[in-house]
Amino acid sequence: MTTIILYGLRESLRRKMFAVVLVLTVLFLSLYAWGTHEAFKDTRGFVGVGQGNLNSEQLAGAIVFGLAMFATLFLGAVLAVFLTLNVVRGDAEAGLLQPLVVRPIGRTQLLLARFAGAAGVCVAYVLAVYFASVGITYWAGGWSPDRLVSPGIELAAAIVVVSSLALAGSVFLSPIANGIGTLMVFGAGLMAGLLGEIGHAINSHKLQHISRIAWWFVPFDALYEDALHRLTVNTTGFAKFVLELGPFGGSHRAGTPLLVWSVLYLVFVLAAAVTAFKRRDL
Amino acid sequence: MPPVLLAKGLEKRYGRTEALSGVDLEVGEGQLVGLLGPNGAGKSTLVKIACGLVRASAGSVEVCGAPAGSPPARRSLGYLAELFRFPSWMSADELLTLHQRLAGSTGGAAERTELLELVGLPHARATRVAAMSKGMQQRLGIAQALVGSPRLLLLDEPTSALDPAGRRVVRGLLEELRRRGTSVLLNSHLLSEVELVCDHVVIVDHGRVVAAGTPDQLRRQGGVEVETATGTRVFEDARREDVPRIVRELVAAGEEIYEVRVVASSLEDVYLEVVD
Repeated sequence: MTTIILYGLRESLRRKMFAVVLVLTVLFLSLYAWGTHEAFKDTRGFVGVGQGNLNSEQLAGAIVFGLAMFATLFLGAVLAVFLTLNVVRGDAEAGLLQPLVVRPIGRTQLLLARFAGAAGVCVAYVLAVYFASVGITYWAGGWSPDRLVSPGIELAAAIVVVSSLALAGSVFLSPIANGIGTLMVFGAGLMAGLLGEIGHAINSHKLQHISRIAWWFVPFDALYEDALHRLTVNTTGFAKFVLELGPFGGSHRAGTPLLVWSVLYLVFVLAAAVTAFKRRDL
Repeated sequence: MPPVLLAKGLEKRYGRTEALSGVDLEVGEGQLVGLLGPNGAGKSTLVKIACGLVRASAGSVEVCGAPAGSPPARRSLGYLAELFRFPSWMSADELLTLHQRLAGSTGGAAERTELLELVGLPHARATRVAAMSKGMQQRLGIAQALVGSPRLLLLDEPTSALDPAGRRVVRGLLEELRRRGTSVLLNSHLLSEVELVCDHVVIVDHGRVVAAGTPDQLRRQGGVEVETATGTRVFEDARREDVPRIVRELVAAGEEIYEVRVVASSLEDVYLEVVD
């Protein structure tokens, strides 16, 4: 199994995939550092009419860090999809898979190893960008999240779920169809989350209900919103209200059942992918 | 000794298309069996079922006594697909190392060196797949299939991209494998190649075995031709053992004989006869 995990990692390294990701991430973090610095500078001491309780640093910090969370989620999702979109059908059509599948390792181990490799890379990437963003935000404005580690873990878990969907999609779909499909599901999940926020803002229980139902189908959004919630879990007052309406998805507590469901969901998706792969003619 | 590969009543359907309809096939220990047939006859499907890439609709296949696709069966075989590709970023040595690990081979660098020499690529150890010609990749593919010294080698069109020199290397390799006692199922379009190296030939058409036997058994005698002073005399139904009698009779009749030929049909003639 380790052999296949290392094979996947070396493939990404040799194809300069990591180099591209690294360059783009450094670019993003540089822009983020600049933007965050300016945001804190411009909002320092700002108190709007009737907003006497507003802590401008807290508001600016949480909002710009929300942007960092959203960007990390997006970059992580793109990485997850591109690392897994061709694992089965794409590699089989190219003739890359057959020489590996006939070896004693077997299909289950092969697929799980490819998943473990991709998920490992995504988790490391998401945590690295998350903690880099935490450091930058603290450096620029002295703000740090109320919970430091758990939001990063939830963000990484959300990406692991996305990567499992792309892996499962690779059993049935060609790489392009799978990439498009998975990114559309990812986008739909985020849209459902934003729909819930609109419902929250206009006090529409139906929209909020639809959003909550969507969480069960695409739990990565639940993990993302729960992660956002943990950033400002101790924040109160007007700042809390603004942050709950955040421009990059609402920050809402998902609750233990949904967090447990996310784990079960991952297991179900992987089990379905393995079952379908074992039955597939190559 | 039980056969290394045993297929019984093998059937495979892809929707309404019947790729295999009741194929029986046996490859004995150390035997080199050639699988012939037109495109779409079911040859590659048969090979893929044997190595566990495709599931049979009915019937059974055993590799070294284990069901095809099971871990013990996979441990016993080496396979080169008809359409394959290796990661372009890997060197020959890295590819063989990967397959050594996956196959559980403990041969190490010595095995890799031996395999590259065997397929005529001793200097390509550090060459990346991307820099190799199709022929070199095919030879590397054969080396990959031989990792771990499998008891059964399944080769699906192993010489399709090779030039005549490359084909000769593979022929020599097959002879060497026979000497080592490795069983081979060779799926090929090249009848001359099969005729030269295989102990046994199976011809498949429309998913069925339409002829099987040793090359000698399949080649049928097609009469006797005698060159005489008055021209060529053809005895269509005559066989080799009839030659002394025919010569005696012609000499007795006052004919002068210059040459006698026993005409035998080639494997190609037999193939074209049995295949639609």
